[in-house]
Amino acid sequence: MKQESPVDPYGYLRPKKKFPNVWCAGCGIGIVLGAIIRAVDRIGWDRDDVAMVSGIGCSGRMPVYVDFNTMHTTHGRALAFATGLKLARPEMHVIVVMGDGDALAIGGNHFIHAARRNIGLTAIIINNAIYGMTGGQYSPTTPENMVTTTDPYGHIEPPFPVPALAEAAGASFVARSTVYHARELDHLIELALAKKGFSVVEAVSYCHTTFGRLNRLGGAVEMMRRLKDDAIPVERAKGMPPEQLEGKIVRGVFVDRDTPEFTERYQKVIAMAQAQAKGGA
Amino acid sequence: MTVRLMQGNLACVEGALAAGCRFYAGYPITPSSEVAERLSRRLPELGGKFIQMEDEIASIAAVIGASVGGLKAMTATSGPGFSLMQENIGYAAMAEIPCVIVNVQRTGPSTGLPTSPAQGDMMQARWGTHGDHPIIALTPSSVREAFDLTVKAFNLSELYRTPVLLMMDEVIGHMREKVELPAQVEVVQRPTTDVPPEWYYPYEAGGADVPPLAPFGKGFRYHITGLFHDRAGFPTERLDEIGLWIKRVNAKIERNLDHILLYQLDAVEGARTLVVAYGGTARSARHAVALARARRYKVGFVNLQTIWPFPADMLASAAQGVRAVVVPEMNLGQVALEVERVVGRHKVRRVNRADGQMIAPDEILAAIEER
Repeated sequence: MKQESPVDPYGYLRPKKKFPNVWCAGCGIGIVLGAIIRAVDRIGWDRDDVAMVSGIGCSGRMPVYVDFNTMHTTHGRALAFATGLKLARPEMHVIVVMGDGDALAIGGNHFIHAARRNIGLTAIIINNAIYGMTGGQYSPTTPENMVTTTDPYGHIEPPFPVPALAEAAGASFVARSTVYHARELDHLIELALAKKGFSVVEAVSYCHTTFGRLNRLGGAVEMMRRLKDDAIPVERAKGMPPEQLEGKIVRGVFVDRDTPEFTERYQKVIAMAQAQAKGGA
Repeated sequence: MTVRLMQGNLACVEGALAAGCRFYAGYPITPSSEVAERLSRRLPELGGKFIQMEDEIASIAAVIGASVGGLKAMTATSGPGFSLMQENIGYAAMAEIPCVIVNVQRTGPSTGLPTSPAQGDMMQARWGTHGDHPIIALTPSSVREAFDLTVKAFNLSELYRTPVLLMMDEVIGHMREKVELPAQVEVVQRPTTDVPPEWYYPYEAGGADVPPLAPFGKGFRYHITGLFHDRAGFPTERLDEIGLWIKRVNAKIERNLDHILLYQLDAVEGARTLVVAYGGTARSARHAVALARARRYKVGFVNLQTIWPFPADMLASAAQGVRAVVVPEMNLGQVALEVERVVGRHKVRRVNRADGQMIAPDEILAAIEER
């Protein structure tokens, strides 16, 4: 039963609740929320069967706005909470929304293990290369030489390549796009949601409030333009030498493979245990 | 009833299954690992779910997630893992998600003595997670009590929508004892709701102490958060709504102490000396009390099964008229602090060990006989 309105054409936002949102004007997180809503709408899932789980940070506030079963958990632990929920209720569609610090620093261990286990969750990592909510400290995806509030002399750590990390850890589906490429993001999230195993979509966003200001990259519009200029499709990137790829955002589908999903495998464990118990083994 | 020789950790498993536990997430740690090993075999037989997570933080998170999905859920650990779980125990208290955490205590701090007993996490059980919150913690002193109190832990957790800590120790966890387990136990289901989804508020109790908890995926579509929240579960900074939460979650425990506080009293009336003990130490204490009575000392004995909330009123009345209260425990004096608060410092004789050794009856007897 959708509650359609001009500001909520898909009818998935929580009516009369909790607006305006907490995000800075011009932030890309709302575009990701829109993409998730459009993807769920296209697939046509019943909202009662969809759960959205988040951690802490700017992205952590997303679930409160959307009319699913929603859970705002602790910093870095969203995937672990979601693993329990999914195993308890394998028929539910569980979407996990995280930021780069949330998913890859404090939650990095849970990220690689959820991927290794190949549990049927969709992890959406909104990567703005910084801790936005706490004031702009460096994160595991901050590019080298950038300035953050904890990098006054420039960043000296290399960033995580999220698709390569997810692929190596065992994810079934890995894709990346940007909040500029909103229609592509809709499509990639739809593919990820439809995938049976652990699926990952990295949505490259920006934080003009801290990252943009500290690095003199301009406001929201200028940073959005950079996403447009810097992103290249994965097919084109394949033929390019590494030096030409420096500073580029490669977008598209990186991994799409069919490997056994964890909760389905566990159903077989249950069948085996029950058969053995009956046989008196 | 069948008579069996059973280990405390496995009695805990049987209690959990009898209480309806159908989800376990954990990480291997001595001296609790038998709980995980047995449940990995038993849970799927019953259609339940077992998962070994990547660490204890993930374990308690998965337990809370499964409970939100509608399953009775638990984890088991020991000191180092219990430390890692603290943040999410606070989340369960804040979001009022039922779950049972078993801590088979070993000697700390840090890695300490991994296979030796201790009761050094009793204050951590009360205040381990940050911020004020109510908590229930139970301590079994025998294999049979490990079964009974695990059932009780689930029942209290579901009824009051709160994390419940079962504070075992290595003595009780690893000891084997002859037990008769009941064929049937009283099992409590969490309060659910029959209101239409649009009328449902996950944090409004109405006239009751505890609001009903609808599982995810059944049409209610509400919000859960570790932020202070209003009756719908949405974040709030309004003082009236924050105040309401503080009042209600503390009241749901305080108003039901008669149901939550469990203890055994033995010849407390007319006693000149009182021995107050719990967990593995209660066994030595019981023996010491018997030895003292044989020497004609008038000794009363209290076995505390509920440590938190602390049974202050019971103890105040039991200690009336006694000259001394002996509190043996395998730490440097944690529950003794509470006893002192209730009966006065001058009356309390502490008997402590924190070196991985059980307290022997002789040591307690000496404290009883002290003039």
